[in-house]
Amino acid sequence: MSTTAPAPSTPAPAPARTSPAARRGSTLTGTWLLLRFMARRDRVRLSVWALSVVALWLYVVTAFSAVYSTAADRQARAALMSTPTSIMVTGPGYGLDDYTLGAMTANEMTLWVIVALAVMSIMQVVRHTRAEEESSRSELIRAAVVGRHAPAVAAMLLVLAANVVIAALTVAVFAAGGLAVLDSVVLAAGVGLTAMVFAAVAVVTSQVTAHRRGASGMAIGVLGLAAVVRGAGDIQHLHGSALSWFSPIAWAQQTRAFVEVRAWPLLLSVVLTVLLLVVAAFLASHRDFGAGMIADRRGRADARPTLRSPFAVAWRQQRTAIMWWALGTGLMWLASGTYLRDIGTMIEDMAEGNPAVAAIFGGADGAQTIVNSFVYIMLLFTALIAVGYGISSLLRARTEETQGRTEWVLATPVSRRRWLGAQVAVAGIGAIVLVAVGTLGMAIGAYSVGVTDPGLATYAVAAAVYLPAVGLVLALATAIYAWAPRLTSLPWAFLVIAFVVGLFGEAFQLPDWIKGISPLWWVPQMPLEAFTWPPVLALTAITAALFTAAFTAFHRRDVPTV
Amino acid sequence: MSTPVAHPVEIRDLHKSFGTTKALDGLDLTVRAGEVAGFLGPNGSGKSTAIRVLLGLLRPTSGHVRVLGGDPWADAVALHRRLTYVPGDVSLWSNLTGGEAIDLMARLRGGLDLARKAELLERFELDPTKKARTYSKGNRQKVALVAAFASDVELLVLDEPTSGLDPLMEAVFTEYLREVKAQGRSVLLSSHIMSEVEKVCDTVTIIRQGRAVESGTLDDLRHLTRSEVTAVVEGDLAAVAALPGVHDLVTTPDAAGTRVAFSVDNDKMGPVLTAMGSLGVHAFTATPPSLEELFLRHYGDELAAAGVPEGETAR
Repeated sequence: MSTTAPAPSTPAPAPARTSPAARRGSTLTGTWLLLRFMARRDRVRLSVWALSVVALWLYVVTAFSAVYSTAADRQARAALMSTPTSIMVTGPGYGLDDYTLGAMTANEMTLWVIVALAVMSIMQVVRHTRAEEESSRSELIRAAVVGRHAPAVAAMLLVLAANVVIAALTVAVFAAGGLAVLDSVVLAAGVGLTAMVFAAVAVVTSQVTAHRRGASGMAIGVLGLAAVVRGAGDIQHLHGSALSWFSPIAWAQQTRAFVEVRAWPLLLSVVLTVLLLVVAAFLASHRDFGAGMIADRRGRADARPTLRSPFAVAWRQQRTAIMWWALGTGLMWLASGTYLRDIGTMIEDMAEGNPAVAAIFGGADGAQTIVNSFVYIMLLFTALIAVGYGISSLLRARTEETQGRTEWVLATPVSRRRWLGAQVAVAGIGAIVLVAVGTLGMAIGAYSVGVTDPGLATYAVAAAVYLPAVGLVLALATAIYAWAPRLTSLPWAFLVIAFVVGLFGEAFQLPDWIKGISPLWWVPQMPLEAFTWPPVLALTAITAALFTAAFTAFHRRDVPTV
Repeated sequence: MSTPVAHPVEIRDLHKSFGTTKALDGLDLTVRAGEVAGFLGPNGSGKSTAIRVLLGLLRPTSGHVRVLGGDPWADAVALHRRLTYVPGDVSLWSNLTGGEAIDLMARLRGGLDLARKAELLERFELDPTKKARTYSKGNRQKVALVAAFASDVELLVLDEPTSGLDPLMEAVFTEYLREVKAQGRSVLLSSHIMSEVEKVCDTVTIIRQGRAVESGTLDDLRHLTRSEVTAVVEGDLAAVAALPGVHDLVTTPDAAGTRVAFSVDNDKMGPVLTAMGSLGVHAFTATPPSLEELFLRHYGDELAAAGVPEGETAR
């Protein structure tokens, strides 16, 4: 790299691209090249994300206009959407008094598309920054003519490009569905800008911790917190309370698209994104390559006596993650449980003043039904979180295999059955802990504000009935890992299906055979429904069969299969 | 320990395919008890695949494989109590320290000799308190080597164990390998570092495209090839040049007579020495071919295809 300035006698002025500054390079040198490289690597991945999100919007607009074709249908839906349970999983409820197709779409779907795109953005950023640095691949890159901030900036630009494309396609879908173009643009931009906020959060967390999983986990934790703050804020007051405004997710929803559109809340997203990037740049300039802000401590020269089995190793690798997930889930569900009393009184007040509302919620027992449905939804969420955690935990087996640690361990007197059993056990324990902690948190929260119906036994059974279904997804993931290790992204599709069926199965009026693909759909919806044995037994039997198939297959296949 | 077997490793006509790719194509390989067997071949020639078959990690497509007298696929767990393995590219658990990884591997195998571990850590100059992710490639390799040398097993399977080690540490490695050999244990050492194999191996198998192209003791292999002779003589070399088995004879005038250099087939060395004896020899050296030359002879055509002139390859 030359730092020689052009000789003063040079007659012609140097063109801009060879000016001394450009040749000396900045912290952004190489950004464009990296961006093209990343786009090349991710062309399939990003296309799948973009098409999935656009397909979802397309389905939503089509399904909503078909299912809720009359104003009366939509108002009935609006009444349903004004319960705290619904508000927790939708939006602040703009336009409920005149629930148009647009208002419905914005109110009910914005949250989830934001969550999906935020997860996409977080994963992309971490993948191209911290994960690269951790794998030391980017050592190669950074040793080339590439500035310090170039990888992070290129990753942000890539995510920005993806979000812009998705937003543009979203507007096209909305416009084709007959929705107002200006509102469509504001809503799509709001969703995209919120995703960018979380991309920026991921850039910061990638500076703080030296590990890929830590960086994405922290950023997703922030996303979860934002979702809970938004929900808690919106439950307190129709159209949101002051608390709601602490969540970036609320800003997109507060644009009131298709009701009384306003764009200024989006400025908040832009400002926060810029602030986060400034913080990240500061952190990045003050750390060494490969390091985080939290330094690695030295460890033990000799292992504790308990570190003597494949299970101990897997547990040791994942216990911190399990602890954080459990802590986060426990606290969020504890907070949710404390809302149960307000929900009960709110519905009673509404029912007293308005017989129509009372009728919709099932008369005098309406309040209890709403409480029960709130508990049901929250337990469904813990089960979904447990499924997600379980899949991610189990698929670490694949990482162990591709990075060569599995073959090293299997070259000792450790049988394949024992090794795979250890991976399954750790994933299973993690999933069970999350269901238990979420349920317990909810119950403690409810009891602490005096809501003792449902009782503790009901909570316990309602949570326990999910375990066979969670186990089934885990068994499926294990079987896929054992039979077709190259297809290990497939289990995630089951999480998405379980999620869509659980939350939108009713709204989209999906046929039962589609809902049936989700193992969670077969579970009795306690405490709304009574407990029954047949689904629990059937799910357990299928789980056992899948695990048997998985262990048999793993016993037979080549390790490593790369 | 179980009763010793004559051939801790026995592979005959081993085939292993991955889809349409043939990784092993009729490989033969034998390690006799108490010997250090070198397993030579360039990257991608099938060394690691063969080793993974030996460890019961990959299932052979066809062929006969015995490890310590057992079937490596069916008896994997039992056999693994009696062998240890050092992978070519050691990957460690990022939040365990090197010391913890060594203890873990030893305990999975059944026990740990703490004094032995301490000695090995000191000799290999490895800091066991650092987290694995902060180790360099060489240090990760040392972790696996310490774990391997700390175990008391009949067979050591080492897949390019010294990659990433500095020359000092390579010397320590060689020393421990000699100790292992002195104890009568068997070693399969895959490598592409000729000097290392020449230093410690009793036998060598050269593998190419999944098949053994040369196998035997170093002396056996050398007999099949030529030695380089240089000498300074007074007499006329025409008689020597005419002998069968003498190749590439070059002469240059020298103050003391004529300097000559040629190569000679090893089994034709006798007549050459007789003929030279009558020529008034001032100086004489005969160099057996290095393993590198043996190796390059087998891969010469590939190098030529890659555009490397033959003169340079012999370096």
